[in-house]
Amino acid sequence: MNTKIILLLALAANGAAIAAETEVSDSDRIAQYREMISDGNPADFDEMRGEELWKTAAGPKMATLEKCDLGKGAGVVKGAYAELPRFFKDTGRVQDLESRLLTCMSTLQGLNTEEITAQPFATEKKPSDISSLTTYVTGQSKGIKMAVSVKHPKEKEAYEIGRRIFNYRAGPYDFACSTCHGASNQRIRMQDLPNLKVQKDAQGAYISWPAYRVSQGLTRSFQWRLNDCFRQQRFPEPKFASEATVDLTMYLAVSANGAAFAGPGLKR
Amino acid sequence: MNAKWMIGTALTASLATLVLPVQAVESKLDAKTIEIVKRDFQDKGIAKADRVNQDALQALCSKYGNKPPLELKHKIEKQQQAAIKWPADDKYMGDWKAGEKLAQSGRGMTWSDKAEDPAGGNCYNCHQLSAKEIAYGTIGPSLLHFGVKQGNDLDSQRYVYGRLYNAKADNACNNMPRFGHMKILTEAQIKDLVALLLDPESPVNK
Ligand code: HEC
Repeated sequence: MNTKIILLLALAANGAAIAAETEVSDSDRIAQYREMISDGNPADFDEMRGEELWKTAAGPKMATLEKCDLGKGAGVVKGAYAELPRFFKDTGRVQDLESRLLTCMSTLQGLNTEEITAQPFATEKKPSDISSLTTYVTGQSKGIKMAVSVKHPKEKEAYEIGRRIFNYRAGPYDFACSTCHGASNQRIRMQDLPNLKVQKDAQGAYISWPAYRVSQGLTRSFQWRLNDCFRQQRFPEPKFASEATVDLTMYLAVSANGAAFAGPGLKR
Repeated sequence: MNAKWMIGTALTASLATLVLPVQAVESKLDAKTIEIVKRDFQDKGIAKADRVNQDALQALCSKYGNKPPLELKHKIEKQQQAAIKWPADDKYMGDWKAGEKLAQSGRGMTWSDKAEDPAGGNCYNCHQLSAKEIAYGTIGPSLLHFGVKQGNDLDSQRYVYGRLYNAKADNACNNMPRFGHMKILTEAQIKDLVALLLDPESPVNK
């Protein structure tokens, strides 16, 4: 273990303590924290873990994921995330990163995707392979401009359905995404809410995930972000990497087009 | 048949062929959205999959981006108003202290809440209420000094009770949950919140 890693681990532990304090000055503390780790982010560990998983033979077929086609050709990881979700000819579907990873894990490695989707998110006790893989792949688009296409009719349809899901009110509170993210300069308690209907906010929100969450001590993916917002929306749970989540991601990703991808990021 | 009239009909006809397919595509997408949503959500804890099924109001507000045609809006507001269950004892004010506790709590109805956990009112998530609480949200209007402005006679009490029971009876597509109508809070809890808003002793009115 080198000194940089030890330093980061110490900072991660410190971060958990920071998060336990008041909510009010979160943004100050985040700024402090960011400064402290200016040459690294605890998400780096998850990224390294994901890279290892990508390059290690696994599953009944004992294959690596290095031949996985994320849309830019078999094995091309660099810049792939900046163009996802997209339509894939081989599956005939629009897929986001996670649903595409599931395809590769199933076809290349012979893994059972139902087992993967049953427990898709990391917990304090157990890391998640698909989440770490996501951190790795997104990291390979850092600095690259988001350029998600809606040229294919299926892509256009996914975008249109995603927009509808964003505005879909239901559940005991009558909430939709737009209830909390449809107007500017609003907050819940002290938490600022991005207005995901305006480009600037949508870009800022989308390009900063996955993120290491200081308050949770875990690196979280965009699929996780959607999952937890559906929880706050008092909805039932969206099935992992389902069409509903892919379409919603399509809507948000297209709104982020033009901005340079900045993840894996760091959040309170 | 004069030339002007002919151009008019031709224009109308071509407009119709333009508009109709757009509408057809839109409603096909609406239908497909509902199909996908019904398929892609699952039970988790107390949040069962059937929560994605919309009632008439939710469907109307979603369809029209929260701005339904006035006629439909008024019709559904009347229905919501008629479904309010008023307290049998004609009393509307409970205990503002219990109300403040409810207002502070953001718990309830998520899949990480337990059925037996007491639900909160979530009020401070969206509104300023007591001047002492500075961690308030801004999705709804400030309610600081609400009772001072509103007065607390029986009409005001009834108005506020109804508003908390079903905020959509006044304005079909506003953001506020229907606390009574959707059985989020009990009659007694709503009365405690009425007191928080209207009681002269409540910190909201200090
Ligand atoms: C009840 C309110 C509420 C609803 C409904 C809601 N969210 Fe959120 N959302 C939040 C809050 C609060 C945060 C900030 C969380 C934090 O800082 O920890 C957030 C954060 C986000 C972010 C990350 C923003 C960033 O810059 O990191 C995205 C993206 C997002 N929500 C999308 C959605 C989508 C899509 C939906 C609909 C499925 C949705 N939200 C529904 C309250 C909500």
